[in-house]
Amino acid sequence: MISAAGLVAILPLVLLAGTPVALMLIIAVHRSHRMALGLTLLGLAASFGSLWIAADVVPQRVTALLRIDQYALVYFGMIIAATIAVAGLAYGYLEQHAVEKEEFYILLVTAALGAAVLAASSHFVSFFLGLEILSISLYALNAYIYSRKTALEAGIKYLVLAAASAAFLLFGMALIYAAVGTMEFGHMAELMMETAGPNRTLLLPGLAMVITGMGFKLALVPFHMWTPDVYQGAPPPVAAFIATVSKGGMFALLLRYFYRLELHNYAPIVAVFTIIAIASMLGGNLLALLQSNVKRILAYSSIAHMGYALVAFIASGMLAVEAVTFYLIAYFVTIIGAFGVVTVLSNGENDAESLQAYRGLFWRRPALAGVMTAMLLSLIGIPVTAGFIGKFYVVAAGASSSAWPLIIVLVISSSIGAFYYLRVIFALYAGAPETAERPAEVAPRMAFGSSVLVVLTLLLIWLGVYPAPLLHVIRAALPG
Amino acid sequence: MILVWFIAILVVGGAACWVVARWSTAVCRWIALAVTAADFILSLALWIRNYPVNLLQQQDWLRQVNWTWFPDAGIHFHLAIDGLSLLLVVLTFFLGIVSVLASWTEIREGVGFFHLNLLWVLAGITGVFLAMDLFLFYFAWELMLIPMYFLIAIWGHERRVYAAVKFFLFTQLSGLLMLISILALYFIHHSATGVYSFEYSDLIGTSMPLHVAIWVMLGFFIAFAVKLPMVPVHTWLPDAHTEAPTAGSVILAGLLLKTGAYGLLRFVVPLFPAAAHWFSPVATILAVIGILYGAVLAFAQTDLKRLVAYTSVSHLGFVLLAIFVGNKLALEGALITIIAHGISTGALFVLVGALQERIHTREMDRMGGLWQTIPRLSGAAMFFAMASIGLPGLGDFVGEFLILLGTYKVSVGLTVAAAIGVLFSTLYGLKFIQRAFHGSNIHHWELHDLFAREVVIVAPMILILLWLGLFPQPVLNTFTVTMDKLQQTASQQYQAYEGGQQ
Repeated sequence: MISAAGLVAILPLVLLAGTPVALMLIIAVHRSHRMALGLTLLGLAASFGSLWIAADVVPQRVTALLRIDQYALVYFGMIIAATIAVAGLAYGYLEQHAVEKEEFYILLVTAALGAAVLAASSHFVSFFLGLEILSISLYALNAYIYSRKTALEAGIKYLVLAAASAAFLLFGMALIYAAVGTMEFGHMAELMMETAGPNRTLLLPGLAMVITGMGFKLALVPFHMWTPDVYQGAPPPVAAFIATVSKGGMFALLLRYFYRLELHNYAPIVAVFTIIAIASMLGGNLLALLQSNVKRILAYSSIAHMGYALVAFIASGMLAVEAVTFYLIAYFVTIIGAFGVVTVLSNGENDAESLQAYRGLFWRRPALAGVMTAMLLSLIGIPVTAGFIGKFYVVAAGASSSAWPLIIVLVISSSIGAFYYLRVIFALYAGAPETAERPAEVAPRMAFGSSVLVVLTLLLIWLGVYPAPLLHVIRAALPG
Repeated sequence: MILVWFIAILVVGGAACWVVARWSTAVCRWIALAVTAADFILSLALWIRNYPVNLLQQQDWLRQVNWTWFPDAGIHFHLAIDGLSLLLVVLTFFLGIVSVLASWTEIREGVGFFHLNLLWVLAGITGVFLAMDLFLFYFAWELMLIPMYFLIAIWGHERRVYAAVKFFLFTQLSGLLMLISILALYFIHHSATGVYSFEYSDLIGTSMPLHVAIWVMLGFFIAFAVKLPMVPVHTWLPDAHTEAPTAGSVILAGLLLKTGAYGLLRFVVPLFPAAAHWFSPVATILAVIGILYGAVLAFAQTDLKRLVAYTSVSHLGFVLLAIFVGNKLALEGALITIIAHGISTGALFVLVGALQERIHTREMDRMGGLWQTIPRLSGAAMFFAMASIGLPGLGDFVGEFLILLGTYKVSVGLTVAAAIGVLFSTLYGLKFIQRAFHGSNIHHWELHDLFAREVVIVAPMILILLWLGLFPQPVLNTFTVTMDKLQQTASQQYQAYEGGQQ
């Protein structure tokens, strides 16, 4: 039975689950894009607001499946806020396309629910349920503009690879279950210690397969193959969603899983993560150098950024969790902002993805170019942006536990990364300023997306200059 | 509070320029001029009011602000000024005025954004000279990179993108190495004392084994050496200087390079005296190589801006040499060279820029005999070229002379090699004057001589160089206390270390 306090604790999840149901009922009666957006935002805002109500009763174990603690609530907050931003951006984008628009929000909120379940999961069953809720919604979201071949390609590619990785994950879970006889993270740690003999040999392959499943969702090298194609084909708001919410939920789970099972004590696992981190940082940045498509550049850059976050995670000193969480928040703001600019610049026929579309943008639409510049500078890690504090934090976490080789790789690869961000920035400011004609005003349907961008930019600078209040919240949130 | 004003005026002024330029570029230029002039007057007033009594008696800092920023991590918004910072800040604002005036007719496109970047890069540089919290220092250090990148990448010459990206990557990578060192120092300090602090005065005197100190110092050293620039990490400099617009070159040569020298003086030697001592043979030899190499390459150039750029490599080699020789004479010489080089090289870039505006080339082969048509510009160029090669009576001579004297006490060999560098400088200086201005006017140039605006830029620079050359004592007095303190901390630390070894 779930206690009353338990019900309060899962209130954010309940509201997240209720929103799509309400949306479905409304759509059955009356189709209105505006109403669908309004209801979505209402549901998300209510869920966000209920975090404070839930905060009074945490930590709570709600059945064996979920553990709602401050840590989970912080990630809920990140996931919900990011979903609000994505919904705001998607509105103007969908308006330009001749598709059924309202269902988009059902899928979006359902996917957010899946990610939130991951963040609170403390059991293999909720892990798998959350993952599948998230993935299945994403298959459809990726291919939402179904008249486009690239969108269909993205959807199918994601479907096939996600299904394959889910199979790996399930098999891994089964092996671990066979070895230790429990699916709950809490007991697993001690049982793993005690396990001996032939059962112990099952553990390592099991863990490896689970890591494969996680690595796929986080798009870490060598499980990153799908990323550029999916980011390119999916609508830009969905790409932003995959880059943030989907990865954020999985990262939350990874951290909890790691801490609960005390996996730092397993040298092979740490070694595997070290190799993955190095490969992701170098691979992501080097491959991005070859691209001239902004969406693909952002895709590779997101691979590299997950590698940076892993550095703090592997360092696992006292700073690790707060460093990772802050890094992810900074990354959420930045990448949604960058994809937001892509969204606002896109029109019914084409997404703004070639570098050509950005040439001289500053002289035509200075505000939009300014936002893009701020986001790119944050990705490089330049002061006054959230990315700077994030990078500072990651290096600090690494330095506090003397992980010098990882930090050196981080430094070198992020300098390589600066090169392709600069290419985009240069395109923004290229061209003859005086000859460019004055632009038309931003189309009204993008006004909503533009205001999202303004908020994101302010947030980016606030986090870059005075993150102390947020850090205070993060510091109290340790995965249990 | 005045320290915050220094920076705030520039930041707000830059934003105002950008907004106003939509309606009137002239107003934008005047605002930029007023902003830099206001800061210059403020800094000058601060200097005069405290000279010499307060400057000679200052205990800690002349002025400071210290606000808590991230309490848990021990990060403060701590700006402070002493003699060294004061001189560099005055130089910053003076060259700020010069840069604004030098761009008056050169920059015609994107005027508002140009001045925004110009004023913000000055704000970043001021922040670097004033920050006494290592986090804040790194913050400002990285921040000055972006406006400079834009100045080169948008308003530069033919190969601007290449130059801008190269500049950015060199500085970014070396800056990150410094970040690692800052954090390493922070955690070493924490494990020794149990206190988290980025405060300069706390971190001074952090004891650590020599092999650790060497690694941590190298992170700082590389960042500053790239900026300085030291051979062999100087290769970004000729490109960046050559491709930047005039104002960008003035700021690069006059100020950005000086942040490297400042960092070595303020951080590397006092924070890691033993490691710096251990490293000084390598650093001084690299410095001398830089002096010679810069001078020889300057001689080989035909592009005027490139020529001036390589002379910077040579002159800053003297500064590096002085800092690692480390005695009183050498350090005084380093300070004079820092200021005098800022003025003389800045002026040369202004004149080359003025010339380029007139004849649209920087190639010496396309010049010759210009003295006949533009005697005032040519005369001024000759004056600054003479200053640059170390003509007695002008600022650069005093600096290099003191450095050579100081070095002589430590190593005769290094002194001889560095003095050969002075000899080479005569060659490139004379070549510059002879090829461009003397001889007959074979290309039949008919040009407008210096405009009133350009005279206003150049005349004070001539006077300052004469002042530095004939009566540098006020500048040296301003620096004395700071220098004594820097030297004292370094030697105390070093002795403590030696004592610990025995």
